[in-house]
Amino acid sequence: MKITFKLYATLGDLLPSNAVRNVSTIEVPEDASLHNIIDKYHVPRELAHLVLINGVFVCDADRDQAGILKENDVLAIWPPVAGG
Amino acid sequence: MSWTKKILRVNLSSGTCTEEPLNMEWANDYLGQRGLATRYIVEETDPACDPLGPDNKLIMATGPLTGTMASTGGRYSVICKSPLTNAIACSNSGGFFGAELKFAGWDMVIFEGRAASPMYLSIEDNVAKLHPADDLWGKSCWEADKQLRTKHQDPQTRIAIVGRSAEQGCLYAAVVNDLHRAAGRSGVGTVMASKNLKAVVCRGTLGLGNIDNPEAFMETTKAGKAVLAENAVTGQGLPAYGTQVLMNVINEVGALPTRNMRETQFEGAANVSAEAMAEPRKSDGKPNLTTNGACFSCTIACGRISTIDRTHFSVKDKPEYWINSGGLEYEAAWALGPDTGVDDIDALTYANFLCNEDGMDPISFGSTVAAAMELFEEGAITTEQTDGVELKFGSAEALCWAAEVTAKGEGFGRDIGMGSKRLCEKYGRPELSMTVKGQEFPAYDPRGIQGIGLAYATSNRGACHLRGYTIASEILGIPVKTDPLESEGKADLVKAFQDATAAVDSAGLCVFTTFAWTMDDIAPQVDAACAGDWSPERMMEVGERIWNMEREYNAKAGLTAADDRLPERLTTLPANAGPATGKVSELDKMLPAYYTVRGWNADGTVTSDTHQRLGLPG
Ligand code: SF4
Repeated sequence: MKITFKLYATLGDLLPSNAVRNVSTIEVPEDASLHNIIDKYHVPRELAHLVLINGVFVCDADRDQAGILKENDVLAIWPPVAGG
Repeated sequence: MSWTKKILRVNLSSGTCTEEPLNMEWANDYLGQRGLATRYIVEETDPACDPLGPDNKLIMATGPLTGTMASTGGRYSVICKSPLTNAIACSNSGGFFGAELKFAGWDMVIFEGRAASPMYLSIEDNVAKLHPADDLWGKSCWEADKQLRTKHQDPQTRIAIVGRSAEQGCLYAAVVNDLHRAAGRSGVGTVMASKNLKAVVCRGTLGLGNIDNPEAFMETTKAGKAVLAENAVTGQGLPAYGTQVLMNVINEVGALPTRNMRETQFEGAANVSAEAMAEPRKSDGKPNLTTNGACFSCTIACGRISTIDRTHFSVKDKPEYWINSGGLEYEAAWALGPDTGVDDIDALTYANFLCNEDGMDPISFGSTVAAAMELFEEGAITTEQTDGVELKFGSAEALCWAAEVTAKGEGFGRDIGMGSKRLCEKYGRPELSMTVKGQEFPAYDPRGIQGIGLAYATSNRGACHLRGYTIASEILGIPVKTDPLESEGKADLVKAFQDATAAVDSAGLCVFTTFAWTMDDIAPQVDAACAGDWSPERMMEVGERIWNMEREYNAKAGLTAADDRLPERLTTLPANAGPATGKVSELDKMLPAYYTVRGWNADGTVTSDTHQRLGLPG
């Protein structure tokens, strides 16, 4: 199935070449876990700090859960960042 | 001790500058900077005074760590009663001015009265002098800064100054130092201009030799710097991307207030983000962001130095803006961008330059333009008022025009300079003002991030993110992740952030250190610098004392629980996009819990028990 995959800040370079700015569309197996995807795109796990599915935070413990994504979901990942 | 133990008192009515000892008893209770200066304001002024009258006082205050080698130890604050909120104002700034004031031998400068004609103050170590400033009046901060530098002929001089917006009575005028650092919020610049004080020119050569335990200070500050360097946020994220990295984050979580907070996600966010600032542009192949920059003694260096595309309509005939200058920070970028619906990064950078050049708070300015745009679209304002300009959401031209006329106080710019509350009241639509206590919101929507709504509502200086930055926990997971959509438990979180921030500010440090430092990192540095025993617990108690003192000042200024409210839009109009869809701010649930954890009465007043426990004045 297809999902939208976004990598930001220092992780932007790890996106596949079809990415426009920080956004790309990728194919993932239906039973994929977030760690499967994070590893596949060589995102160092310790830098996958802020992990959001459709804007909602997924804690580290849930990132091994298979089949957490649905078709057309948006997975967005940031390294540790802050502002204010 | 790390205080110089000396205060400079400048009476502008009589033209005198006198030296006084610092009240060390108060320093022990309020530490410095924000806390200590507010203690002086409480003692010396009537909270009911006219903020723009001669009875209001204005204090420029450093903290005990200002001017030291502690990382970010360069901050000062400007404290007075605010003309925007009628509450206590305390605006914090970095750059180099604060440290210079300390090197000249002063913990703070208290300005009182009002000069008969424009003046500026020069400080060269022990010598302070008032000079006529008629030739500087009517000039922008940048122009006047240049003129003063030519006159004083010392490249190491540091200058804090107000621009034309302040002179013209813009109610959110800032005090600008080092050209693009500012004590930005609540109109502290307006108060300075109301005293006919244009600038403070400072040069200090005395250094800082009064650290209580120099050896321990070397050790603790070194350890602190190692923590900042090793932390991914303060060591990598902030220097590389600045605060602006939040633009895409906050949009993704559906809490990016858009078009005067009608919506919660902005389709153009990516175009005005940190990532966009780093992209080469078509015209010259250069990115908007030139480099990062640091304030005095800071090892984080989150500052942005930017250029505007020379072919952009805003500057194509104005080579004076083809410069490297202070670039977009997140809050400014949000107010000038998503809140006005403008996604043109050069227009935002231009408006930001003008905010620096003439000393306007970009948050209040941008939010007021957003309110004006909604008034325009609703027909409450027409082209008759705007000199023919179509003041519509999304118009980069309108934004740039608004910045130009407000900076100079011309035409409709005078209305924008009143701030969103007074503007919306004037045009008969008070409900369109997105303010608390008359101050405009920063860049996080309380429908999608519940705790920050409580922080806005209860901030002593009006809506503000820096008085209790719960975003750290609710979105960024620092120190622990809490659910942004949950209102339960946020009262404790808000109190903890508010108290800690008051202590950090009062030490003279930058609040951004707290993305990596806890009080266990900060207290040992204060303890080594200052006489006495400064434990993390004592720091938190000082923070709580300051918070309650500010609250009591506001109560005497006439503010009540009715001023701890969010605009109705946020408590009745549900978020329209993102994870918060359908949610409103649950302030009504959080506020009573907050009063309880604060040890206040149900009507939001400080109980006598709390007053006594904290040893508050009066
Ligand atoms: S972190 Fe940023 S704002 Fe704070 S002192 Fe450093 S450069 Fe200045």
